[in-house]
Amino acid sequence: MFQRILALIRKEFLALLKDPKSRAVLIVPPLVQLLVFGYAATFDLKEVPYAVYNEDRGLASRDLLARFAGAPSFRQVAEIRAEEELAPLIDARKVLVAVHIGPRFSADLEAGRPAPLQVIIDGRNSNTAMVALNYVRSVVSRFNDDWVDRRGLDGPPARLETRAWFNPNLESRWFFIPGIVGMLTLVVTMLVTALTVAREREQGTFDQLLVTPLRPGEILIGKTVPGLVVGIVQATAILLVATLWFKVPFLGSLPAFYVGLVLFLLSGVGAGLLISSLSATQQQGLLGAFLFMVPAVILSGFATPIANMPHAVQVVTYIDPLRYFLVILRKVFLEGAGFAILVDQFWPMALIGAATLLLASWLFRHRMY
Amino acid sequence: MSKANLKPPQVAAAGNKERGGAGMRLGGLLRKEFLQIVRDPSSIAIAFVMPIFLLVLFGYGVSLDADHVPVAVVAAAPSQDSADFLAVLQGSHYFAARPMASMPAAEQALRQGEVSGIVRLRSDFSRQMRQAGGAPIQVVVDGVDANTARLVEGYVDGAWSTWLAAQAARRGGTLQMPVDLQPRIWFNGELKSRNYLVPGLVAIIMTLIGALLTALVMAREWERGTMEALMVTPASMSEVLLGKLAAYFALGTGGMLLSVGLAAWLFDVPLRGSFWILWGCSSLFLLAALGMGLTISTLARSQFVAGQIAIIATFLPAFLLSGFIFDIGSMPPVVQFITHLVVARYFVAIVQTLFLAGNVWAVILPNALALAVMAAIFLGITWRKSRKRLD
Repeated sequence: MFQRILALIRKEFLALLKDPKSRAVLIVPPLVQLLVFGYAATFDLKEVPYAVYNEDRGLASRDLLARFAGAPSFRQVAEIRAEEELAPLIDARKVLVAVHIGPRFSADLEAGRPAPLQVIIDGRNSNTAMVALNYVRSVVSRFNDDWVDRRGLDGPPARLETRAWFNPNLESRWFFIPGIVGMLTLVVTMLVTALTVAREREQGTFDQLLVTPLRPGEILIGKTVPGLVVGIVQATAILLVATLWFKVPFLGSLPAFYVGLVLFLLSGVGAGLLISSLSATQQQGLLGAFLFMVPAVILSGFATPIANMPHAVQVVTYIDPLRYFLVILRKVFLEGAGFAILVDQFWPMALIGAATLLLASWLFRHRMY
Repeated sequence: MSKANLKPPQVAAAGNKERGGAGMRLGGLLRKEFLQIVRDPSSIAIAFVMPIFLLVLFGYGVSLDADHVPVAVVAAAPSQDSADFLAVLQGSHYFAARPMASMPAAEQALRQGEVSGIVRLRSDFSRQMRQAGGAPIQVVVDGVDANTARLVEGYVDGAWSTWLAAQAARRGGTLQMPVDLQPRIWFNGELKSRNYLVPGLVAIIMTLIGALLTALVMAREWERGTMEALMVTPASMSEVLLGKLAAYFALGTGGMLLSVGLAAWLFDVPLRGSFWILWGCSSLFLLAALGMGLTISTLARSQFVAGQIAIIATFLPAFLLSGFIFDIGSMPPVVQFITHLVVARYFVAIVQTLFLAGNVWAVILPNALALAVMAAIFLGITWRKSRKRLD
């Protein structure tokens, strides 16, 4: 029996790696994509392009503008002299932020009256707008603090002292790179599994496989092992790039990571084989792969937190294996988690994996064309 | 363009009766493609079921607006002042405040992910408030999700300002902030993330539809040997390609109209620009997306490899590199350059502007031009690579 399974596994690897195009697709793109996406995926803004409309010639306005000019997250691209010049700049996305200082700004400040500072932000991407507004707010509040200090005025009766745990500089790259590791691993399992059975069905070789002494369970093992092996190798390479190249701290337990990885791969491979065995043609298999992969990524909490979703959608996320794997990745990378904290993430993936794999092997025999 | 190709064959062939000209051949090819589409329901599913499924799921599911964020509140010795501050926190729909007895309990809750932040008022809060320098309000946020952490910081900041203003008002004055920041957010005043995510999703979904529809069609003909059969007919390779393009273009246009309709009516995203410009740009984009699928299909020659390339090359690049959620301007120059190769990038810029800002030609024209160039490149590669020859 072992020999039968071994022979089948050998054949599956050959089918996957024999074609040089298929081999290249499996190995190169995930690593290249990690490098590119790792740099792309961040909510931190750099060099926010802004325009200045200063109607005030006082010292205070120049001081405030110097702070914007000195902040590394801002880059001045335009200075305008009239209100009408503003709209075209923002409409055409030349600037994200416009700072408008009224003619009486310095005079108001000197007289101890609140001096209004108008800031206009392009809200087409509301998250970018919100982050930019936070940057502006921190520049202005530092200006306010200094102004109060210098004048010996009464400060506010209470002040906020904020600290961020696990990621003190709130670098969103640390949050996204573990997420990309999970997404790319999912993509690799889909590459290996989603089309295999469908291809054999379309070419008729699956029928031949079914009349051999191999039992469905054995076929299942033969189809699962390549996905598992390729997934582990790829995830290890991706992990090395994430920690060595991007310097994301890896604080947790490596064995816990690999247990999570194997369980996640089993559930991903199970989903892929289920899709594949449901489809009669590779076109249907490809459609199924996308109908699984796209929601799995978007509902996993990769970019938009699950807590923000409506309750009904949150329930749907419970069948998304990537959801659990992302929690494991982030906890293992950034919070130094070990086995004890992760048990709640392990068993749902094991359950999904078992259910999909069993269903797929049942379908091998019971869905014939 | 598609309209001309959709003419019934007998009308198009009228001028060239005796030899059954190009129009008739094209008509026949179109008929063949449509029959293939109708007989394998997966193409119809791609064009119509997928947009509905994905848009409804994401339109309702995806949001960056945090609401009722669980925050632990530790107030050691309650007083009038601390109660006022906590009342502001509890009154805000951004927070779900959870009173905790001690700091260790709150830290434990943060570590287990039960709360996203801690707000702590020390026992001598009231006394310190009346001293020079003021009282500290200790705020701890869970930095793992940096974006949510920053939102929580911003919300606490807002609650703090509200509280300060109320305190000042009680003493009969107004809050004296030297510079009073007055932000105005254009195009999306309420900062609803759905308003920009849904148009972006339309672009992502259209990328998938375009590529999925065509990624396998050329490879399928090669694999099944029907390409050789087509070669021996009088139909030229350009006509074969044109037939495929026209059939899937019609199908894709249906999916596109459905997506735009859902975005505008189901999700109430304002469409401030012209619908016809959107139609025109979408058609260009669809050509580019279909062209990309045809290119994959032609270069791969086997359905299995074409499918693998489609999985790798369409979804994640369109999701991460198109400006759909991540700001392209903040990426390093090399990555910004790579984003120019992603077709969805140009369309995301167009749809976000057309939906939220209006007909801004400075955005639409360059991006539409880029779409046309991409479409020409992809279709050109496909055309060049599918000469009538057998290797």
